[in-house]
Amino acid sequence: MTIAANPVANVGRATLEFLADVGRLCIFAAQSLLAVFTPPFYFANLGRQLLSVGFYSLPVVGLTALFTGAVLAQQIYIGTGRFNAEATVPTIVVFGITRELGPVIASLMVAGRVAAAMAAELGTMRVTEQIDALTTLATNPFRYLIAPRVLAATLMLPILVLIGDIIGVMGGWLLATTVLDYNSIGYLQRTVDFLETWDVISGLIKAGVFGFIIALMGCYQGFNSSGGAQGVGRATTNAVVSASILILAANYIITSIAFTD
Amino acid sequence: MGTPKLSLEGVRKRFGSKVVLDGVDLEVYPGESVVVMGGSGTGKSVMLKCVLGLIQPDSGRILLDGRDITHLRGREREQLLRRFGMLFQGGALFDSLRVWRNVSFGLMSAQRMSKRDARARAVDILAKVGLGPDVGDLRPAELSGGMQKRVALARAIATNPEIIFFDEPTAGLDPIMADVINKLIIERVRDLGATALTITHDMASARKIADRIGMLHAGKIIWAGPVAEIDRSGNPYVEQFIHGRAEGPITMAVRRQ
Ligand SMILES: Nc1ncnc2c1ncn2[C@@H]1O[C@H](COP(=O)(O)OP(=O)(O)O)[C@@H](O)[C@H]1O
Ligand SMILES: [Mg+2]
Repeated sequence: MTIAANPVANVGRATLEFLADVGRLCIFAAQSLLAVFTPPFYFANLGRQLLSVGFYSLPVVGLTALFTGAVLAQQIYIGTGRFNAEATVPTIVVFGITRELGPVIASLMVAGRVAAAMAAELGTMRVTEQIDALTTLATNPFRYLIAPRVLAATLMLPILVLIGDIIGVMGGWLLATTVLDYNSIGYLQRTVDFLETWDVISGLIKAGVFGFIIALMGCYQGFNSSGGAQGVGRATTNAVVSASILILAANYIITSIAFTD
Repeated sequence: MGTPKLSLEGVRKRFGSKVVLDGVDLEVYPGESVVVMGGSGTGKSVMLKCVLGLIQPDSGRILLDGRDITHLRGREREQLLRRFGMLFQGGALFDSLRVWRNVSFGLMSAQRMSKRDARARAVDILAKVGLGPDVGDLRPAELSGGMQKRVALARAIATNPEIIFFDEPTAGLDPIMADVINKLIIERVRDLGATALTITHDMASARKIADRIGMLHAGKIIWAGPVAEIDRSGNPYVEQFIHGRAEGPITMAVRRQ
């Protein structure tokens, strides 16, 4: 049929569908943001989400930060060793962690946990008509379900990343003082000597944006899922994949626009 | 008979190329109990969702007490929905909440009732559908199908709505439990003085609940009349349906699309 015969029409259709998708996502994001600021506020739901996004992500974020910090110290030690600049290891490690690896790796890990959980939960609620039931009970699902999730993730990610930053630096320090021959106090001194507040803050701002992306994609995919258990599975996968890609893309955009100094 | 409580005028809805509702006309008068029958997948649930605003109809009008509510959105729609109760086909109980929170959800969120009062009310309402107070502390997943239906029924009537929709209230229940649910529906509706619109393809249930019956087929209400006339409708579609015959003018599409 024409589908195979007309690649131009195919590309055109795919492009239109993609643009429509982007449009729907933007509307959804706007509705979610609006819901965050419109009463009634469901504080119990917010509390539950703060706990599940924040507290229960701590082990994952802590462990990945620890290993990342350690391996970073190891590699930078090798790299700087080639031109006798091993003394800069603590400075570069903390710089890399606070500005890039801390926020990005923590967010990717949390995306795997949280976006998937949100998509699965909301997706199940959608296919079992619980979201419709909410609406008929005169409760706006954006305010009841989505606002608490978006707010919780946006608030908790910076906190998680700050903790991850500290653990990451400790990971580097641990490796440097045990495997390599660094002096403990000297390493820590070097870590803070050239660190600027902005290095940390810019990473935390990114984390907030990434948190928003994680909750947004989880909610969007779950909220719009259809087609029973299979549909929920698809929503879950899509949520994690799209959140991860958007995090990396947003990271590049934010860094190149706002954080070039 | 005055203004209908609810009327649908030429309501149409299609999904993609599939026409589901093709001009539905239906009137439900105050205090009346209307049952709509029809085969699986004929759009009975879609019809209810159009009225509730969960699905936007493509064309046609929906009137409540003579007022056009087809395109109400946002807060206005929220206000309107407080006057409705809905029992969903699958129950649609919130599985993250305990039974008493499910039952009192509308009271707490829409009517801002305090937790204590809401809980006491939930226990009252549960009693009305024949469930003890201890059920209130369970989660929906811990209940049997019949009990879930009762809880869903309790949730639908909790806010004393003026108009209640029951979407296949007896589907998937044994005949005895189905009859219990029928009785509860009749009792509760009479109690509240509510108007009821029930979807079912259970004839025994329809005869019991209905004042008037309508038959939905191919996107239209092809027959409607008092329950007493159902056996002499003279309509071959209705005849086939109430006798449950595979042969007749209604041919079952196997595929959904
Ligand atoms: N949200 C939707 N999107 C696409 N198709 C739908 C949607 N809801 C219902 N349908 C289709 O509409 C038809 C009627 O569905 P429904 O009203 O649930 O039937 P029933 O009469 O059994 O309640 C079905 O074929 C279903 O696949
Ligand atoms: Mg149905």
